Amino acid sequence: MGRKDGGQPLTVARIIVRRLVQALLVSLMVSTLSFVMMRALPGDAAMRVAAARYGHDLVTARAADAVRAELKLDRPVASALFAWWGDVLRLDLGTSAVTAAPVVDEVSHQLGYTIRLALAAMGIALLAGPLLGVLCGLWPGSAFDQTWRALAAAIRAVPPFILGLLLIIAFSVEMAALPAAGTMDSTSLVLPAITLAVGLTAGLIRVTRDALKSVTESGYFAFARTKGLSLSEALVRHGLRNAAAPVTAYVGVQLAFLIEGVVAVETLFAWPGIGHALVHAIYARDVPMIQGTVMAMAILFIGLSALADLAILAIDPRRR
Amino acid sequence: MTMPSVGILNDGAATPKRMTPWQWVGLAILALIGFFGLVAPLIGGDPLIQDLDHVMIKPCLSSPLGTDHLGRSMFARLGHAARLSLLLAALSVLTAAIPGALLGVAAAWRARWTDTALSTIADGVLALPGLLLIVLLTTFAPGKFWPFYVGLSLALWVEYFRVVRAASQTLLRSSPVEASRLLGFGPAYVVRRHLLPELIPVLRTLMTFGAATSVLSLAALGLVGVGLRPPTPELGTMMIELLPHYQEAPWLIAEPIFVLLLAVTGLALVAGERELR
Repeated sequence: MGRKDGGQPLTVARIIVRRLVQALLVSLMVSTLSFVMMRALPGDAAMRVAAARYGHDLVTARAADAVRAELKLDRPVASALFAWWGDVLRLDLGTSAVTAAPVVDEVSHQLGYTIRLALAAMGIALLAGPLLGVLCGLWPGSAFDQTWRALAAAIRAVPPFILGLLLIIAFSVEMAALPAAGTMDSTSLVLPAITLAVGLTAGLIRVTRDALKSVTESGYFAFARTKGLSLSEALVRHGLRNAAAPVTAYVGVQLAFLIEGVVAVETLFAWPGIGHALVHAIYARDVPMIQGTVMAMAILFIGLSALADLAILAIDPRRR
Repeated sequence: MTMPSVGILNDGAATPKRMTPWQWVGLAILALIGFFGLVAPLIGGDPLIQDLDHVMIKPCLSSPLGTDHLGRSMFARLGHAARLSLLLAALSVLTAAIPGALLGVAAAWRARWTDTALSTIADGVLALPGLLLIVLLTTFAPGKFWPFYVGLSLALWVEYFRVVRAASQTLLRSSPVEASRLLGFGPAYVVRRHLLPELIPVLRTLMTFGAATSVLSLAALGLVGVGLRPPTPELGTMMIELLPHYQEAPWLIAEPIFVLLLAVTGLALVAGERELR
């Protein structure tokens, strides 16, 4: 997606400011929704948290009052909302209603798992996608190109959670070759990582192929070949960098779907990352954890988008 | 949730105005699912009635798609699920598209701070992946339908806004529009005569993307257990209910998967093959 809105040149400062504003807006939105959630959910939130923390038979009115003061549920709405926002800005996300551990600790622990999964998926996609795409784009119309393009088009119609189901059925049920759930050993990562990676890989094949095709059909590439550069020299010196900008932009746009995919895929494979934690926080109506996990995923998304923007800037000086 | 990027506008002139054969095929697929969703709930009986004497029977004349692990008619359940998915898609896409497009034109028309304010809000919404917004809203009403409708509408309007704004900015600066304005035609005429004909093909593509996002979000959250709840017939919840019975009755889980993939394929075809390939 050529981000040309406004027609202003991209600068590092402008990218960072835009993403910081986004982060602020998202934090405001998520924290306000969580605040409303805390007060609007049926039942006494303080009692619920106290019961989750101390056990249903041990909870007393005093314990509930202590929780009420901690969650600022005894204060008027306006003052409590400002206090809530203040806490979020200071990165104090409260304590989990279920485990009583600080949300920041819980989330940073789960984030490690999510990042490991995301890195594995991105690694697969960024190796396989562009490589196959380049091979397709170098010889457009060849049998290789047509096969992979058709395959990529078919795969792109399969959403990650369906693919996950199919992989579980094929590799865990039928062949019993790979674990379907948990983090028992290193093989546990294989299925969820492939599930997340396949859609992105298919997209990358198409985008890389089209980008490389337009590069090899361009005048400057023909000139590079005519002046005597071999195909590989011309590719390295002129082709890949020009093809890399649209490919990076595509990855940037797909990040939202990667984050969304994480929620479904982690839950499906019981991978103890942040998406899995979000779903379980919702089962338990653990509002501080819901807020913490959603905010962490949103900030992760915004941070990665900023990196993608900066990468495009580094690759393509015309945008500066 | 692979929604192709919206890159149509950069070469807006190349957007085909007439439907290609593949788009007709996609439309036919969607019509088929729509017909199934309308008719199957009517003639298929109650999707919730269990019949424990006849569980997991194979498709036959009396139950055309077999029965599930509780003896419920898969024909009736899939019909209800298809109707629910398409209803959600239609409702949320329309609710997102109309205000989104109108705000987009407004932002392009009145540059200055209307544009700045709307664009900042849109940027903020964009920063929260749509599925997360829906998940947040489902907490308020677990197992209910409205969080999906509201969440999808809130997440999807931004695409219409951004695309329509960008297109209108270019169009409003074009010489035909300038000529119309000099001739004294008002905004209503400019929108009808100059903007709408250019925007409709783009909006059609965006609406099919939006519908696919709706269908997939409902199924994805149903699958992980934070969407609609059993016994409501919904594609995602049906898949996760039927997965444990895969080895006895593999055709059962294949049915909701097939309906979902068919719907997504139909929508992708209508959106235009240029984004599919």
